[in-house]
Amino acid sequence: MDIRSQIAMVFHLDKCIGCHTCSIACKNTWTNRKGAEYMWWNNVETKPGTGYPHKWEDQNIYKGGWDKKGNSVRLKGAGKFKGLSTLFHNPNMAVLEDYYEPFTYRYEHLFEAKAGDDQPTARPVSMITGEPMTPKSGPNWDDDLSGSKEYARKDVNFKGLSDAEQEAMFRLERMTMHWLPRICNHCLNPACVAACPSGAIYKRGEDGVVLINQKKCRAWRMCVTACPYKKVYYNWSTGKSEKCILCYPRLETGQIPACMHTCVGRIRYLGVLLYDADKIESAAACDDQDLLQNQMDIYLNPHDPEVIKAARKNGIADSTITSAQKSPVYKFVKEWGVALPLHPEFRTLPNLFYVPPLLPTMAFVENESYETTSESFWGAVEKSRLPMKYLANLFSAGNEKVIEIVLKKLMAVRLHRRNETVGDLPAGEVTDPMNEVKMDKETADAIFRLTSLAMHDERFVIPPAHREEAIEMIENTAKVEGNTGFGFREPPKRGL
Amino acid sequence: MSDYFFFIGLPYAALVVVIVGTLFRYLNFGFGVSSLSSQFLESRELYYGSRPFHWGIIFLFFGHLVAFLFPAEVLLWNSVPVRLLILEIAAFGFGIAALVGLVILVIRRLKNKRIRVVTSKMDVVVYVVLAVQIITGLWIALFFRWGSSWFASTLTPYMRSIFLFNPDIAAVTNLPLFAKIHIVSAFTLIGLIPCTRFMHFLVYPFRYLWRSPLYVIWNWDRKQIRATRNLYNGVKQKNT
Ligand code: HEM
Ligand code: SF4
Ligand code: SF4
Repeated sequence: MDIRSQIAMVFHLDKCIGCHTCSIACKNTWTNRKGAEYMWWNNVETKPGTGYPHKWEDQNIYKGGWDKKGNSVRLKGAGKFKGLSTLFHNPNMAVLEDYYEPFTYRYEHLFEAKAGDDQPTARPVSMITGEPMTPKSGPNWDDDLSGSKEYARKDVNFKGLSDAEQEAMFRLERMTMHWLPRICNHCLNPACVAACPSGAIYKRGEDGVVLINQKKCRAWRMCVTACPYKKVYYNWSTGKSEKCILCYPRLETGQIPACMHTCVGRIRYLGVLLYDADKIESAAACDDQDLLQNQMDIYLNPHDPEVIKAARKNGIADSTITSAQKSPVYKFVKEWGVALPLHPEFRTLPNLFYVPPLLPTMAFVENESYETTSESFWGAVEKSRLPMKYLANLFSAGNEKVIEIVLKKLMAVRLHRRNETVGDLPAGEVTDPMNEVKMDKETADAIFRLTSLAMHDERFVIPPAHREEAIEMIENTAKVEGNTGFGFREPPKRGL
Repeated sequence: MSDYFFFIGLPYAALVVVIVGTLFRYLNFGFGVSSLSSQFLESRELYYGSRPFHWGIIFLFFGHLVAFLFPAEVLLWNSVPVRLLILEIAAFGFGIAALVGLVILVIRRLKNKRIRVVTSKMDVVVYVVLAVQIITGLWIALFFRWGSSWFASTLTPYMRSIFLFNPDIAAVTNLPLFAKIHIVSAFTLIGLIPCTRFMHFLVYPFRYLWRSPLYVIWNWDRKQIRATRNLYNGVKQKNT
């Protein structure tokens, strides 16, 4: 057992209101620079839809992630031989057209235009060339456009859904959508790290944050191909790749990442998971149907004395173990089993988990009127508008059973709370669903509490980074006084 | 006089600049060391330009290296006319590939506005030097045959003499003009390495071949963290 600690996250999709505040917070903090205009380390996409960059989930196009190869895994579109022989031109790299050409508007013109017969206008101009252009796409071009031919129907998660089922999904009275906020998953088996020829990308041992050393990056761009979530972006100006840094300067000082701090829907949770690094390879290389279970088994119970002992032996700080015990992520993912990783079939063992959206009301057209009534209080989970198969393709490598159980658990919590607060439901309608998923009242209340009422410190449990001790381990603090800190000693300027 | 400048002064200047310059740039301005890929902005034409250019130039580079290091073996190989022909035609082919690739790359840079935004003055210098280098090389191959045989009596002694710090330029001064230009531009190219994007081939990622797929860096040695006795010893932990 090789126990390590990982900062992991849960996003509760039922709570996301699609406001994009998270994206803007991130943009304003990290990527409002030349060359980074098109980067959205945090983005929120509408599902069903094609996402950002266009159709990123389609690995036939982008060749991201890992393939199973015997008892191990192999990068699909990069790796030692493929990578080193395609450095001169990377055949599967996402390029500008897959994202969008960043643009701004000539606002000054509104003030500076000479007097004339017409109102001056602010023309859109490219942020790369500075020339006038007509924007044809953008990071949220399909925002809320679920159901559209151009976007929703090109979603790549309809595998296993018959044409008739797909058609039904897009009938007006059944149409549905939810948002999917995405950041880097800080994976346990990161494809970006494995693909980087320079060894510039690394995982931090203490908290699992995946970072790119900007000095070592040589623009070989293999990471852009390898990350199946397309969360490594190439800065066309500096000639370096960049990615979400999980706001590590904030984490190290006990603050939560900017996207989480600003989240209006309060959908985000962050905390420590302890895991067994010896199991990474076998968990990543198992058969499709076991992927989810094997990933869950990697994460260890931080209350188990054996685990605590082994963690201590491995140098994990007591403060980190305590944080792991209080971790809201551990509760959602392991204790309650209601949060799932996005696309486990990419085999990177992502550490961002989603509570899938519960879309209970089922509408239908009867006597030419739009009916939303259902036989039971909230309608049956199996009949939810979004086909179970679709959610399964997103969150469980196609396993519908898993999704069904999670949704039933979420439904049981709702019924229980309705019963507690209003008490207008027939007894069987509450107890049967709870028994079916083996949930007691205490658990239901706890899920409800963490979902709806929890304050900042319950939603975010950050382990102390102990940078002070770390510094003392590597440097003599007296000698380097005033020398260490965050930032570049040379300006991040494009080379010759 | 100018022969002294071009065949003694320039080579040594280039060698000093490349050694001191690359070290200086790598250590002080490491952030700028990058292949400066422009594939993100334009991918299709890069494919047709970059692939032939690089494969061509890399084979030519290793060809020249072998010829310089093992002249006797190359001469032996060339003693059979068919083998000489194969060698010359292959080299010429790689030269053409490099030239065609370079032309495509230059056109791509000229006509694409986005690529022009990321073109520096030094990139222009790079293109000019490379063009001169490749064209003179091809010219020699066509009109002063067979270079792979005559170089052994002219260029190898000269290069040896340069590297042994005992320059002897007698043989090169009698070479035709195009061969002289080829030599001069080669040393110019070497001297330009630290001032241009040429830096990128010096940082070719060989170590990737034997690196493990997961790369974890510990800020401190995780097994030592509790051992306070080590707190002030000032020994830097290795991150591997
Ligand atoms: C050692 C192996 C080499 C590797 C791995 C390598 C890799 C690369 C890469 C990744 C690019 C960027 C292409 C892009 O825009 O995406 C590039 C560009 C370039 N390389 Fe190399 N290179 C190598 C050797 C060389 C050599 C020997 C030369 C010339 C002496 C050279 C000259 C150039 C030039 C001129 C460009 C700019 C091309 C353009 O954008 O127009 N490279 N190289
Ligand atoms: S999501 Fe992509 S960039 Fe982030 S760690 Fe995983 S593979 Fe790397
Ligand atoms: S800020 Fe929160 S609620 Fe708003 S889009 Fe982002 S994740 Fe959703």
